[in-house]
Amino acid sequence: MQTFDLEAEGLRKLNSTLHRQAETTNQTEWEIINPRGSHAIAVGLDAPIEVTIKGSTGYYCAGMNKQATINVHGSAGPGVAENMMSGAVIVDGDASQYAGATGNGGTLVIKGNASSRCGISMKGIDIVVHGNVGHMSAFMAQSGNLVVCGNAGDALGDSIYEARLFVRGSVKSLGADCIEKEMRPEHLAILADLLERGGCDAKPAEFTRYGSARKLYNFNIDNAY
Amino acid sequence: MAQPESSIISTSTTHIEGKIVKDTDTDGPPQTTPVQSATFSQSINAEIRRAAATGIYDIRGGGAKRKVPSFDDLLFLGASISRYPLEGYREKCETSVTLGARHASNPIELDIPITIAGMSFGALSGPAKEALGRGATLAGTSTTTGDGGMTQEERGHSNKLVYQYLPSRYGMNPDDLRRADAIEVVVGQGAKPGGGGMLLGQKISDRVAEMRNLPKGIDQRSACRHPDWTGPDDLEIKILELREITSWKVPIYIKVGGARPYFDTTLAVKAGADVVVLDGMEGGTAATQDVFIEHVGQPILACIRESVRALQDMGMHREVQLIVSGGIRTGADVAKCMALGADAVAIGTGALIALGDNDPRWEDEYQKLGTTAGAYDDWHEGRDPAGITTQDPELMARFDPVEGGRRLNNYLKVMTLEAQTIARACGKSHLHNLEPEDLCALTMEAAAMAKIPLAGTNWYPGKPGTSY
Repeated sequence: MQTFDLEAEGLRKLNSTLHRQAETTNQTEWEIINPRGSHAIAVGLDAPIEVTIKGSTGYYCAGMNKQATINVHGSAGPGVAENMMSGAVIVDGDASQYAGATGNGGTLVIKGNASSRCGISMKGIDIVVHGNVGHMSAFMAQSGNLVVCGNAGDALGDSIYEARLFVRGSVKSLGADCIEKEMRPEHLAILADLLERGGCDAKPAEFTRYGSARKLYNFNIDNAY
Repeated sequence: MAQPESSIISTSTTHIEGKIVKDTDTDGPPQTTPVQSATFSQSINAEIRRAAATGIYDIRGGGAKRKVPSFDDLLFLGASISRYPLEGYREKCETSVTLGARHASNPIELDIPITIAGMSFGALSGPAKEALGRGATLAGTSTTTGDGGMTQEERGHSNKLVYQYLPSRYGMNPDDLRRADAIEVVVGQGAKPGGGGMLLGQKISDRVAEMRNLPKGIDQRSACRHPDWTGPDDLEIKILELREITSWKVPIYIKVGGARPYFDTTLAVKAGADVVVLDGMEGGTAATQDVFIEHVGQPILACIRESVRALQDMGMHREVQLIVSGGIRTGADVAKCMALGADAVAIGTGALIALGDNDPRWEDEYQKLGTTAGAYDDWHEGRDPAGITTQDPELMARFDPVEGGRRLNNYLKVMTLEAQTIARACGKSHLHNLEPEDLCALTMEAAAMAKIPLAGTNWYPGKPGTSY
């Protein structure tokens, strides 16, 4: 276990140190202390290492992550795991806006609640939120899965493409072109896997699936009204 | 004056046949000449009829086609007794420019201050992107990706490649981010400040769809605002993240449309930009609503001095570089941008024309599409006879990227020579030494917008210390 004091050594040194870790590194476990809500902690990592941040983080923690597993022992500011490519990010507390925005792959687990625009423009990432998500979540979501064990706010899945949304609780409102869909056996299997990966003991059968009605896929002036 | 009904019918019939009716053309009392409305012009009426028939607004590519005050409304004064010219072809007139040294450890060094603006793979074919890379590299300048990610054609052939960071984040990944020579955070563009991208289903081929992670054949609309930041304070943190991911090596540009250039430049610099890219309404787009192109945003002439003023007010002129774009066609335009305070320019439409877009050699095919060479702007339909703004394999095969690159290089060289010619005539040993004092304006509008004295005077509207 390597311990890095962010307050003492600074952000640039932290990220450059983590960037230097190669695929074959034997320094696979890192602990970051004194994060104090700093922005851009552990961004752009590309090695199979495990990073644990002891405290809350600011904006864009774990941005564009590849391969690494990043644990936040606190809450995460806006844009946690934005544009993640692979690996995993686990937030013990709550996440602010844009959690998992534009993520291409990997798994983001938020054990508390996520604020607005969770999974906005997601492109393949899997997001499991143990609590609730705020308004405009999964806006223009292209692909991947968003699991919400609590409730969803207004305009869920507005202008959604092919992402799958699973919500256990209530949905305040659905966004444009987002509809409730049939939960077939293959969806239950996908959801069971997601819940297991997310460390969530909820039952797949308790969820409702939402997705695209695909009515905005080709240009029609009536859609502008 | 009221006229008998019969005479109105008579004159209007004659007019429809395309003749100009004079009051002596008909028997009987003199007639009033039919008058076309300046408000309801033939082209406006045609658009009303098109709208009424289809129920859909007009979508097209390109930039503003309306006439706006432009670089043509400025002239250089040249040398005189008080200004000593340099000898053409013999005395040095430097053209190099360094972009992004404010924070980046690897700033961009270009031989010429004319860059290639962002144009996407998807809007353009792979070979067209390759040609841009080839031509720019030959000329010693950079190209820029677009909405849709980085292609191997362009990265492989562009010695200097600027990677756009767009609201859609199509194809965005940290590997390409690190392969880029600079990052351009796109907040807006001149053709549509406040608008997102539009790539209709006809151009979403398998490859385009895969790069954008979208189903094939659907209309693809890019978001108009970034998904994970709102406002300049967030942008500052976003730039910090991008710098951390790329180890503070590459410059970060911020591109804005010609909306509020003073404030946008100020906020971009405050957010940490190394370079500000300012795009006027003449700048092109792959596709958007005609009403957006023609009615939102300002001409570049009105934007440059305001942006420069913002940089000067912060003590950042030349520290943060300014790249301007939108309607730049010739070396004279380049020289005028430099004189107004820009560090470099970017060209898009001009580059496409150099490659062969809208070339009269394809006139027969333009006619079949209901248009003519020079006016073709339905790039979104993917039926470009020149094989440039298309994903159709047969049309793409018409375009030779090696020849295209050669033509672009020639065009860039000519523009550079023209700009040098003007700079030498003004006694300048570097294009960056051109200054507002070298210019005069031909019209009051241009004088006011560019803050350049009206020809024959030492005054422009709004000049400090003048009463009107």
